[in-house]
Amino acid sequence: MSATIPGASGAAGGSGHSGGAEAPGGAGAPGASGERTPAERNRRAGAAQPHGRTLAVVRALLRKELLVELRTLESVPGMALFAVTTFVVFHFALNRDSVDGDLAAGILWVTLLFAAILGVNRLFVADADQGGFDAFLLAPVDRSAMLFAKVLTLLAYLFVLELVAVPAFGLLLLGPSLGHALPALIGVLALGDLGIAAIGTLVAALAVQTRARDLLGPLLALPLLVPIVIGGARASSPLLALGHSSGPAVRWLLTLGLYDLVFGLIAFALFDFLLED
Amino acid sequence: MSPARRYFAGGSDTTRSSAGAVRYGAGLRTLSVATIAVMTIALALVFFWAPLEAEQGFLQKIFYVHVPLAITALCGFVLGGIFAIAYLRTRDSRWDMRSYVAIHMSLIFGVATLITGSIWAKGSWGHWWVWNEPTLVSFLIVFLLYATYQPLRFAIEDPERQSRYAAVFAITAGAFVPLNFIAVRASSAYLHPRVLGATSNLPWQMALTFLVSLLGIVLLFTTLCKYELTVKHTRMQLRALRRLAERREDVTAGVAPTSRPRSAAPGVHATAMSANPVHPASGPASAERARRPSS
Repeated sequence: MSATIPGASGAAGGSGHSGGAEAPGGAGAPGASGERTPAERNRRAGAAQPHGRTLAVVRALLRKELLVELRTLESVPGMALFAVTTFVVFHFALNRDSVDGDLAAGILWVTLLFAAILGVNRLFVADADQGGFDAFLLAPVDRSAMLFAKVLTLLAYLFVLELVAVPAFGLLLLGPSLGHALPALIGVLALGDLGIAAIGTLVAALAVQTRARDLLGPLLALPLLVPIVIGGARASSPLLALGHSSGPAVRWLLTLGLYDLVFGLIAFALFDFLLED
Repeated sequence: MSPARRYFAGGSDTTRSSAGAVRYGAGLRTLSVATIAVMTIALALVFFWAPLEAEQGFLQKIFYVHVPLAITALCGFVLGGIFAIAYLRTRDSRWDMRSYVAIHMSLIFGVATLITGSIWAKGSWGHWWVWNEPTLVSFLIVFLLYATYQPLRFAIEDPERQSRYAAVFAITAGAFVPLNFIAVRASSAYLHPRVLGATSNLPWQMALTFLVSLLGIVLLFTTLCKYELTVKHTRMQLRALRRLAERREDVTAGVAPTSRPRSAAPGVHATAMSANPVHPASGPASAERARRPSS
């Protein structure tokens, strides 16, 4: 473990450039960032396709994020383990072998939310501590690229988390079988994940530059995520009920979708201001 | 360089800030008197003129305090967001200060709202807290979010970054206020279609009393904000002047240590301050003049 982290942190520091440099055509090893940037900037001045380039930057950043996560395994295994442990804690705290309906939906969403906050807390830590922000800001690329890349990263984390947590929930706690509910539940979870990813990225970027970031991240995120919990839990409780005949109410899916949309736009509008220095 | 620091850096800027102080303080007395007058009238109307409500009796009178407080606090939160937008557009630190003061004052009004709301809930439903009243619940969520504003702000050291991050928070949270109300209202069956929502079906005496109370509370909010702004501005100005005086003292002490004999070390500060009485309007300029030959 200790051998892999330095290598990965090197990737985190240098990849803001390797990401930028990959778009026009190959680049050397990451790390020699200082000399490469001016040349890169000159080449950039001639480039004429900003949208295609942003997409390439997003792809490169996303690749770097996932690579770092694969090499260090800092966030996702912890999140998944936390979720499974929380189900066990809920079993003992509630003294129930199986749950259904409102209670099941509540347990599932609270667990996913807290596990997601673990990931949110760590989302920008490497960038802030190891110079990723500085490297990214030196590269002459659209700053929103980082927002998109981080949102996609968080979405990928949440996807893996739910891949572990939802079957574990079905196995450990849920009374009715998961099979019937699964297709609709996936839809509800996806809508919730979008909102968690957008809000989580914005909050993580806000909190990471503060002294008490581990504390402030959850404090900021939880109230903002309450509407997601309301929508998600209300939409999934009929799916997890014993009779489960009805699908999720359209009202809650609409609430979730609207909330995702608004906060996606807010994050898009405000993220640039967090990356100014 | 932060706007606050840039603001006090040059001599011309400092005189501008002292002119600003005059503007900050101006109208404060009129505003205070108006607030006291309107609040007195409002309370008189509430207690001696507005009719008793049929179901709740005297208890319902808390409505004239609680609802205006809540409305003012929520509008103050949103106003803080609007000021924050102005800050991000202009990068003028005064907008940041306005945003901070609006949110700070709204938090205080928010505490008052929660307390009065709890009292009302206890009186009319027998519980201090009621979960199926969506307005109360969403107000609590909004309040909990804004309670993190100050911890966030003061956990950032660089003043410019502090203003910028606080502005991003204020805009996000300002947009969250209406969204949260929609979400929470949708989540509960809305059991109590009460006087809260509809002012239109109130008897006109009640409606008039309510509007006067609302005006009084809004005036109170404005006055308190203005006081806080003035105090903050004065304190910043004082700090800048003191810094100038200290610098000047250092310079005179460094250039001519023997030309002006000084009695004792603790007295140096006092004599330097009193020898050149620093008036807010003329102080910075004269201090600047005194400093110039030596530097």
